Order: sequence, then structure tokens, then C-alpha cells
Amino acid sequence: MDELTIEATVENIPTAADFVDKKLEQLDCPVKYQRQIDIAVDELLSNIVSYAYRPEIGPATVRVEVQQDPIAVVVTFIDHGVPYDPLAADDPDITLPADERDPGGLGILLVKNSMDDISYTYENGQNILSIKKNLS
Amino acid sequence: MDITKTIDDGTMHMAVKGRINTITAPDFETAIQEDIDKVTRLDIDFADLDYLSSAGLRVILGAQKAMAGKGEMVIHNVNETVMEVFEVTGFATILTIE
Repeated sequence: MDELTIEATVENIPTAADFVDKKLEQLDCPVKYQRQIDIAVDELLSNIVSYAYRPEIGPATVRVEVQQDPIAVVVTFIDHGVPYDPLAADDPDITLPADERDPGGLGILLVKNSMDDISYTYENGQNILSIKKNLS
Repeated sequence: MDITKTIDDGTMHMAVKGRINTITAPDFETAIQEDIDKVTRLDIDFADLDYLSSAGLRVILGAQKAMAGKGEMVIHNVNETVMEVFEVTGFATILTIE
């Protein structure tokens, strides 16, 4: 298990994304899955940056774990900002014409569709969101 | 992310290389918005795009709305990951993808 804690700002998102990418490269993660995980990391960190501490700045921790048999990657995002369950909101209506579309909620929709599992808990004052991707 | 852009006879050709995410999407948006008033057609080539996140979708939706009243926006050469992003979000039905 490896983890990295950053100040949750837009400028620091690439640092956390690179940290996850390095772990995935060590695992020979297929490119398609790596891109899906990269997107998920961007979506979930930008959520923390946008909602967790505003207008203050606080920490976000990214943890990467590898499970065996079947091999899978679990990435966990932890902040201690305001309680926020991104899985609780309704999915956006993706059938509306362009001029009625609002881009809100598309990020979490992408994460839900590309990952094999996603879970949220609020414990000890922390938002804990985990995504799991099977690599085989 | 690298963007190359040419404007020729009312058409903007744009090629995007790399990743469109939270950190790069503002530059993608600027590249479109600074010239969108000059054109009636916008061609975006994603042949060298690895992926885009919802930050990029937001920019594309804005461009689609801006072009809808006066011309056309066409997106070219999307890879499997980008197509999945467009399909899952319903963007595949509102965009012209060739």
C-alpha cells in the first residue's frame, strides 16, 4: 500500500495523478484501464478541490492498493472536509438536447461506469471514497 | 496537452495532443473561445488525444452550443476511451463525430 497526501488544490492534481500513474505502470496495467483510472482520479480529486474545504484549503490523501487473485487496483481518496457523498446524487439526464444540457454530474457518472466497484463512507470526520478496477 | 490551431476561410482546425483534464481544460477552452466568433465551422482532431475528463466535456458542450446557431462542429478520430466517455455521457448523440 502506498499513499500520498497533497494540499487539495487544482495545481496539485497532476502530482497525485502522476503518483497513481507510476503505480499503474509498475503493474503493467493495460493502457485502456490506465486511462479510465486517470480520468477517475481527475474527477474525484477535482470534486475534493471544489467541495471539501472551500473557501479554505485542506489535505487530500490518495492511497493505492493492489489486490491479488484476481488482480485489481483499489484507489482510495480521503479528505476531512464537509461530509459529501458523490454517489448520493441522481445521475444527470443524458438524453437532453445540447442546449438544455448542464455539464454537472458527468464526472461521477464516468467513474461509476468505468470502474468495477465504487464505495463511499464517512468515518472519523473523513470522506473516504474507493474505486476498484479489475486488471484481468 | 498540446494544441495546434489554424483558421482558414471561416473554419477553425484544431488538433489536441495528450490529455484534457482539470488542469489543461482551461487552455483548451481559451484556444476555442478566443477565435470561435470568427468561424462558422470548427473541426477538432483528437487523433493524438489520450483521453478527456468531464472538465473537457464542459468545454466541448460550450463549443457545441456556440456553433449550433451559426455553423457546425465536427470531432474527428476519437480513440476507444474518448468514444466511451462520449457514449456514457450521452454526448455521442449531440455531437457530430467522424
